[in-house]
Amino acid sequence: MTRYILRRLIYTIPVLLGVSLIIFILFNLVSGDPTALLLGKNATAKQMVELREQLGLNKSLWLQYLDVVKSAFTFDFGRSWQSKQEIMHMVKMGAYPSLALSIPAFTISTILSILISLVVAFYRGKGIDLFIRILCIAGMSISSLVYILVFQWYFGYYLGWFEISGFEQGFPNFVPYVALPAIIWIVLSLGPDVRFFRTIILDEIYQDYVRTARAKGLGEKTILLKHVLRNAMIPIITYVVIQIPFLILGALLLESFFGIPGLGGMTLNALNSSDFPVVKAMAILSSVAYILFGLLTDILYTVADPRVKLK
Amino acid sequence: MKTNSLWVDAFRRLSRDKTAMMSLVIVIIFSVVAILSWMGILSAGWSQEVGGSNMPPSAEFIFGTDLFGRSVFDKVIHGTQIAMSVGLVTSLIAIPIGVVLGALAGYFGGWVDDLITWFYTTFSSIPNIMLLISITMILGKGIFAVYVALGATGWGSLCRLIRGEVMKHKEREYVQAAGAIGGGHMRKLFIHILPNVTHLVIINASLQFQTAIKSEVILSYLGLGVQGEPSWGTMIDDAKLELARGVWWQLAASTLAMFLIVLAFNLLGDALRDALDPKLKGK
Repeated sequence: MTRYILRRLIYTIPVLLGVSLIIFILFNLVSGDPTALLLGKNATAKQMVELREQLGLNKSLWLQYLDVVKSAFTFDFGRSWQSKQEIMHMVKMGAYPSLALSIPAFTISTILSILISLVVAFYRGKGIDLFIRILCIAGMSISSLVYILVFQWYFGYYLGWFEISGFEQGFPNFVPYVALPAIIWIVLSLGPDVRFFRTIILDEIYQDYVRTARAKGLGEKTILLKHVLRNAMIPIITYVVIQIPFLILGALLLESFFGIPGLGGMTLNALNSSDFPVVKAMAILSSVAYILFGLLTDILYTVADPRVKLK
Repeated sequence: MKTNSLWVDAFRRLSRDKTAMMSLVIVIIFSVVAILSWMGILSAGWSQEVGGSNMPPSAEFIFGTDLFGRSVFDKVIHGTQIAMSVGLVTSLIAIPIGVVLGALAGYFGGWVDDLITWFYTTFSSIPNIMLLISITMILGKGIFAVYVALGATGWGSLCRLIRGEVMKHKEREYVQAAGAIGGGHMRKLFIHILPNVTHLVIINASLQFQTAIKSEVILSYLGLGVQGEPSWGTMIDDAKLELARGVWWQLAASTLAMFLIVLAFNLLGDALRDALDPKLKGK
């Protein structure tokens, strides 16, 4: 077990180096010299040389790559071009609003989708199953932008039930601001989640142990809740845990539509103002989170299911 | 006894499936519209002022007009051309990369496999949206960046799938037999094994296509996609400001067009999987 975890941990290193390489190629090689962009038209040659030195662009490519790798381990991403703030400070500031939206929305949508898919699996092949399946596919075929726009317009502007834009720190204060984006988040995730969980649960329903359970006279509800759900938990955990890094990134579009000063909104602002270091930092941070949670999933997997061979 | 090939069987199953046939018809209609628009036969006049500003749908303009008096219908048609071209080009980039790398990794194993596995693990470790944003930001706004970004993010899952499947196939007897009569590695891999995994490519392509269309809409909405031309995403962006003034037709028209084609690809993908991969039937 320890050996497996250790090996898995060591394997994250080449992946991290690879991620750094892609980021380096994109932001240091392909993107070109940013000094002209930063200093404007009237820059003197001296200013440009100084700035290049300050940004570390006069180092050799190899050392520049090492800088990217270092930032993936130390989380020191330097300063934003736009606000001149420490990027890590901005990330810390943005994390709270992002999590205030994403954690409740994610928790509710996951529990709700599991419940719905259990109901659907219970009535498999019947009208309600077909109806919900059609609803899922149809719902997934509409752009997420449309949900956000229409919900914001209808429930925010037209009915005036919710705050349309802004954020306040502190527990009860932020609730009115995140309520509508959280509802939209839940509506958006129900389609793909229910579809996925239903498949997982139906996979289990045709297994032998379910037939045995039926043969010994257990009711369909007991089978579903005690036997099937437990076995289906493993793929469900995998699916859920691997989504967590995306919560850290926040909901880019939702945050920007609702003026929530989170990480997603910050990334989009950086994108609009060509603030390369911030986008670069968010790309690195979200990849590191993804790699770590992938590791966590693998470990959880072996804990949850002893049958998983520790190769 | 006469047996039919997988493809004949699959086609029979598909043609009995009404939903699948409807979806196929929708895909064909959208493709024809996109080609006609590309050739300049349809929607060539999308940039012309043909009526008043923000006219609601009527007999003359079935989807109304936009702020500048341009026909929303023509803009939707032009958006169809953009969306379908993005789906096609990104599939043409992502699928060959995924198939070739997956096949090489699965067939040769060893260090080739290690290298390719590292390569796709690395790519899939960067959340898609961040990679899309980074690539389009760096290559500069425009349709070219969208092609590259979506092509670069789309090959990973197919590569993994093909790798696993080729691994299973390379030990089978027909491959050994091909080796026994003197077939080399490349012959065994590309002539014998690959045709047996093509169905996975087709299923994946229909998913790839709709993911690309959905992503193009979001990238265009963010201002990273086509510049100076209408796409469904930029139409939705326009609608953001129009909705409060009761101008809903631009949003409705682009949403309807996108809904139809994405739904068609979703349903077609499911039907293709049922028809071509009977093991997965009913899932």
